[in-house]
Amino acid sequence: MIRTRNATLYAGLAIFGLFVLMALLAPLVAPYDPIFQDAAARLKGPSLAHPFGTDNFGRDILSRVMHSARIDLQMALIGVAFPFAIGTVIGAVSGFLGGFVDAVLMRLIDVILAFPFLVLMLSIIAILGPGLTSFYIAMALVGWVSYARLIRAQILVLKNSDYAMAAQSLGFSRLRILFRHLLPNAVAGSIVFSMSDVVLVLLSGAAISYLGLGVQPPTAEWGVMVAEGQSFVTQAWWITLFPGLSIVVLAFGFSLIGDGLAERLGVNG
Amino acid sequence: MLHRYRFILTRPLQFLPVILGVSIITFVLVRLIPGDPARVLLGTKATPEAIANIRSQFGLDLPMWQQYFYFVKNLLHGEMGRSIIFKIDVLQLIVTRIEPTLALVFCSVLLSVLIAVPLAAVAARNEGRFVDHAVRVVSTFGIGFPSFWLALMLILLLSVSIPLLPVSGYGNTLSDKLVHLVLPSLTIALSLSTVLMRSLRAAMIDWLKSDVATAARARGMPERIVFWRHVVPNSVVPTINLLAVNIGWLIGGTVVVESVFALPGMGQLLVRAIFSRDYMVVQGVAMVFACATVFVNFLADIATVAADPRVKL
Repeated sequence: MIRTRNATLYAGLAIFGLFVLMALLAPLVAPYDPIFQDAAARLKGPSLAHPFGTDNFGRDILSRVMHSARIDLQMALIGVAFPFAIGTVIGAVSGFLGGFVDAVLMRLIDVILAFPFLVLMLSIIAILGPGLTSFYIAMALVGWVSYARLIRAQILVLKNSDYAMAAQSLGFSRLRILFRHLLPNAVAGSIVFSMSDVVLVLLSGAAISYLGLGVQPPTAEWGVMVAEGQSFVTQAWWITLFPGLSIVVLAFGFSLIGDGLAERLGVNG
Repeated sequence: MLHRYRFILTRPLQFLPVILGVSIITFVLVRLIPGDPARVLLGTKATPEAIANIRSQFGLDLPMWQQYFYFVKNLLHGEMGRSIIFKIDVLQLIVTRIEPTLALVFCSVLLSVLIAVPLAAVAARNEGRFVDHAVRVVSTFGIGFPSFWLALMLILLLSVSIPLLPVSGYGNTLSDKLVHLVLPSLTIALSLSTVLMRSLRAAMIDWLKSDVATAARARGMPERIVFWRHVVPNSVVPTINLLAVNIGWLIGGTVVVESVFALPGMGQLLVRAIFSRDYMVVQGVAMVFACATVFVNFLADIATVAADPRVKL
């Protein structure tokens, strides 16, 4: 059994590693400049010179897909990191303190969860204006609620555990008990959840960019590329196929990591 | 018997704070935009009369909490302001856009159930075998499909073989509308079914091993009937809740898919309103979507109680 668990996790990590490598090495190994327009090579199908073909501006799709990995990976990871950090602190404090603070924060979470995720994201971006920074801010404002809920539920259980009592009777400060003793035991579930969340963030970021409200052209980003290829989809399928496929494979990698971690940490994803 | 349904009367009271919170958030969001709120709401080409009008309607010179009071008072009268682009009341505008979105959600859920139930059944009845693993891999893959891309791939694959399928817009007659909904709902259904499949499969495996199934088998019932009469109905109960939990995600999906297929629903309205800085519309659509989410969860509670006599809420 142990072998298959590791296989899932390592297969996911391998896919993720491949994308990280692609992102880091894109400027060195990409065959063309991702925004260079070659007027002589417009809408060319996959060939040896352009393995993924070219778009309507004569830009090389393979190079654009590789450079996009830089943006999309960053988008997915930052888009999870802020909500994770904010949600963990708020959830921990809320669960630990209880009482009025807890009640207010939980009602706030109920309200934020009442909005469809993407609708609230788009409404915030409407106010901040399109762009990647707006996406991160909106993500931080909306995404923390799931983490806060998870951590709070854990802390509520753990704060009555024997070792919490023991630490308390040793005279440790409340802050120390919360952050040094309870929190490390509470985060396993959040870490597993973050792997399914990162898929959601990647898909949302790409969708928001596809709609024209995230990453702005001519920057290469998978969602942007799909949007640019949309009008040519029946005559030049390669413009849309490859960036979308990259999202699917990267998301699959994240899902495998999540499944592998869930089994290894003994958490129900 | 009926006392199990008493929550139908009390539950809406618990929704009130949430709805109040929703109105506060949408109110604050629009007021956070820098500049004169009246000008923000009416656009740069607004006439002085229109600005004076909106000032008095929303009490824009008053302190913030009083402005909020005016905002709620207008809401209770069904006044969400006017769209600067469409030049009609926001609520009226939204009402004309509800039908395509509702139809899209309905067809997507129906299709995804039609896809998920048979696949989950095959996987559950062959637990641990090749088919089971294949279904699991497919569903893990499917979760990562971006809907906007899947939509274009479906256009690419299906519009070639079935040229009759329209790739954008919405019809006038019922049959015309249904034809226009095929590709959009298929797009959402393919993603949604992967989520449903996982939960259905797990539930079916549990129920296949349950006393209910064993007792049925002991009575000499054929396995096929045990499965469809006892296992499937019981497994669907948790899935109803899963659908409700995912309604927010589903609405997000309709926003994107309506934009891809130029389907004139609320999602497309929201995206267009953001581009044209039609903030009254953004505010209105966000609020209606939030209320719809709360309402759907309420309906799911009722459905769960109706489907399972043991559940008490």
